[in-house]
Amino acid sequence: MTIDSALPALTYILIFPGFVFLAAYGLFLQWFDRRLAAVMQNRVGPPWYQPVADLVKLLAKEVIVPEACDTVMFKALPYFAIAAVVTSALMIPVWTDAVYSFQGDLVVVIYLLTIPTVTFFLAGWSSTSPYATIGAMRVLTQLFAYEVPLMLSIIGPAILAGTWNISEIAGFFTSHKIYMLAQIPGLLVALLALQGKLERVPFDIPHAKNEIVGGQFTEYSGRLLGFFCLAVDMEMVVGAALVNAIFLGGTLGAFGILGFAVFLVKTMAVVFLLVLLKVLMGRVRIDQMVRFCWQILAPLCLAQILLDIFIKTLNLN
Amino acid sequence: MKKPARAFGEVIENLFKKKATSNYPFEKAVVDARYRGRIAFESDKCIGCKLCVRVCPSKAIEIILSAEQPAAAPVPEGSAPVPAKKKFDCIMSLDRCIYCSQCVDICPKKALVSTTDFELAHTDRKFLRLHYK
Amino acid sequence: MSKMTIPLGPQHPALKEPVNFTLVLEGEQITGSAVNLGYNHRGVEKAAENRTFLQDIYLIERICGICSHSHTTCYVTCVEEIAKAEVPERAKAIRTLVGELERVHSHLLWLGIAGYEMGFETLFMYTWRDREQVLDCLELVSGNRVHYGINTIGGVRRDITPGQKTEILKRLAILEERTKYYVKLGTEEATVLARTQNVGLLPHDIALERGAVGPTARASNVKRDVRKDAPYLIYDKLDFNLITHNTNDVFGRLVVRVLELVESYKMIRQILNYLPEGPIAVKVPAKIGPGEAVNRYEAPRGEDIHYVKANGTDKPERAKVRAPTMANYPSVSYMLDGGYLADVPMVIAAIDPCMSCTDRAMVYNTKTDKVQIYGWDELRKYGIEQYKKKGVDFSKL
Repeated sequence: MTIDSALPALTYILIFPGFVFLAAYGLFLQWFDRRLAAVMQNRVGPPWYQPVADLVKLLAKEVIVPEACDTVMFKALPYFAIAAVVTSALMIPVWTDAVYSFQGDLVVVIYLLTIPTVTFFLAGWSSTSPYATIGAMRVLTQLFAYEVPLMLSIIGPAILAGTWNISEIAGFFTSHKIYMLAQIPGLLVALLALQGKLERVPFDIPHAKNEIVGGQFTEYSGRLLGFFCLAVDMEMVVGAALVNAIFLGGTLGAFGILGFAVFLVKTMAVVFLLVLLKVLMGRVRIDQMVRFCWQILAPLCLAQILLDIFIKTLNLN
Repeated sequence: MKKPARAFGEVIENLFKKKATSNYPFEKAVVDARYRGRIAFESDKCIGCKLCVRVCPSKAIEIILSAEQPAAAPVPEGSAPVPAKKKFDCIMSLDRCIYCSQCVDICPKKALVSTTDFELAHTDRKFLRLHYK
Repeated sequence: MSKMTIPLGPQHPALKEPVNFTLVLEGEQITGSAVNLGYNHRGVEKAAENRTFLQDIYLIERICGICSHSHTTCYVTCVEEIAKAEVPERAKAIRTLVGELERVHSHLLWLGIAGYEMGFETLFMYTWRDREQVLDCLELVSGNRVHYGINTIGGVRRDITPGQKTEILKRLAILEERTKYYVKLGTEEATVLARTQNVGLLPHDIALERGAVGPTARASNVKRDVRKDAPYLIYDKLDFNLITHNTNDVFGRLVVRVLELVESYKMIRQILNYLPEGPIAVKVPAKIGPGEAVNRYEAPRGEDIHYVKANGTDKPERAKVRAPTMANYPSVSYMLDGGYLADVPMVIAAIDPCMSCTDRAMVYNTKTDKVQIYGWDELRKYGIEQYKKKGVDFSKL
């Protein structure tokens, strides 16, 4: 898709699929996550306006900045996180083609999604309080644990589809639907690694409430904390859409309103699986997580890649 | 034996079961009939012995003479006048009361009764000092 | 890695009540720890001297919310011993019934807290939902969900009707089925095992040396339970097992508590069958003659000791409480050393801490081997000096 002038570009960046769409859908998915987890735990759960109410409340509160910290970095980091997530959303297809797609945008999206994690680390580091420092170190350790399985798991389908363009991978699986079944191990690994990236149970170790109060977010308050939470919600939308496009074929060729509805339903199905993972498990220790990711997830990804190479050579013959 | 996702069956079942929590304050909780809630006072039965004041662990109850005392009962000609039966008021401090109902147990005339009222919180302190007449 | 000292508490999401652990960390490993108590000191023992014996029941009850019946029963047994009152058998049976229901309540609450500290919120929500069954039982019997107030000097205040008996048995059946599920979930779920096995190790000899009590000690194979060693109320007539486990870690404590739940259900059925006919209280005079008494009780957290001294008036001269969590604290600093930071909430939660029970002030100077009692002015001066050393000045207040 080519973008002719500034006005459509601004619309894409700010409204759809940019900031406003990601924020609205992110808040909706946060409600969906909390309500579904509550029903699975036999409770009623929050009403639909709870995430909006939380965000509005946080925006209205006072921002307290610790004296010993680096003020400029402390205050600017949430906006960097949001900017990186919105940029990566421009390359993920909602219907069949992303706003801005090219060969290699798969790698760029993974790179852009690493930036929020680095901002979390810098947030904890620049806060200079003991809990925040421990949280920051845990963020980096966790990054080294789940990043490699995440990258390896999406290389498998890329090899099978023969392209580095997310929209073309979605298109490949739309036309050869049977190959989606062979990607199930990769899908499982990608979901677990996504739990790590979004810092949800069992991998919510960096901001573990019971151990280190707020982790990297301990000193954050008011609108800065509100924007960090919004960045995590938007990351959930982008992560779910990415998993949908790579493993589940995107909108499977539908257009218009039907296509949009298919997109919503499929991303909510991915979030359903994430909620199931959250409800079924407790938090693990950081050393157990690193061991799990490197000893179980990474070899599983390598097996998936070998399987995809095998299918591709069969196909060529 | 280690089983990951051991709670899976229960979790999926709960999607279809009736929820265990209720939407308070739109749905109120049901308490037992003998629940120890707010203490109520019946002035007609009180004889002013103040046993309840003495036994209260947190000094929550006060028995005072009412502002209006009833008149003496009329007697037939020639008999000695019968003194009027005194009437007592009770001031109950809901913030001090610990709802142990020890005063209810010890009252010889059963003038104090335990109700099942438990929604007693208020933002204005003067509503927490009940004056039973 | 460089060393970092972080304070865990007195305000912390992992702690239910204020206590301070100063941890010295190297990376994620703990190399040293110190325990600071006293944040929840309310002067209960002094306040008990200004109230009559009957009013003191309610004061002692409010030492703790979850072990309230343990504290009152122990205190009232002391007072009845001094007054030489013969408590009727039915009253003892009802006291035991409420005691065992309280144990069920406390252990189910603990299971939920253990799940919460691990980040396993589902276990937390499920156990607290099932805890509503036992809270309803207690509301039927005593009129309140916590702080039952069922004891009075000489017996109990309320009787158990046959209707209540059937209701309790109905709820007990539900609880037994759910507890079977929790036994399986606690011993088989992968994340629970990963967070509780080999965490907070307390070897058998260290547990004996540091005086651990309750499920903390029984998980290190210390066969100690006041209900078996010195039976009180009607425990000598009940048939139950002493649960111990030999893994010395948090997993052992979890297993001990869940299996104790099963034993408590057995005991409650036996008590409801046994309830003898008779009065529920005897009259005890208000003035209790000179004398003193010591009594022990197996609270859900361990051994609870009460001492009461009376001097012939209607107010006690001295009441002393030694709560079980106080005996478990020296073991906590042993268990924390060498572990991970992530294990600290689990280790603290595993002893089932009840800081409200614990804080009583007494200064024991190990150098001069003397006991010194502080008055109010001296305490204030001592507190101001201690904080001046840390850089905060309160003397203007």
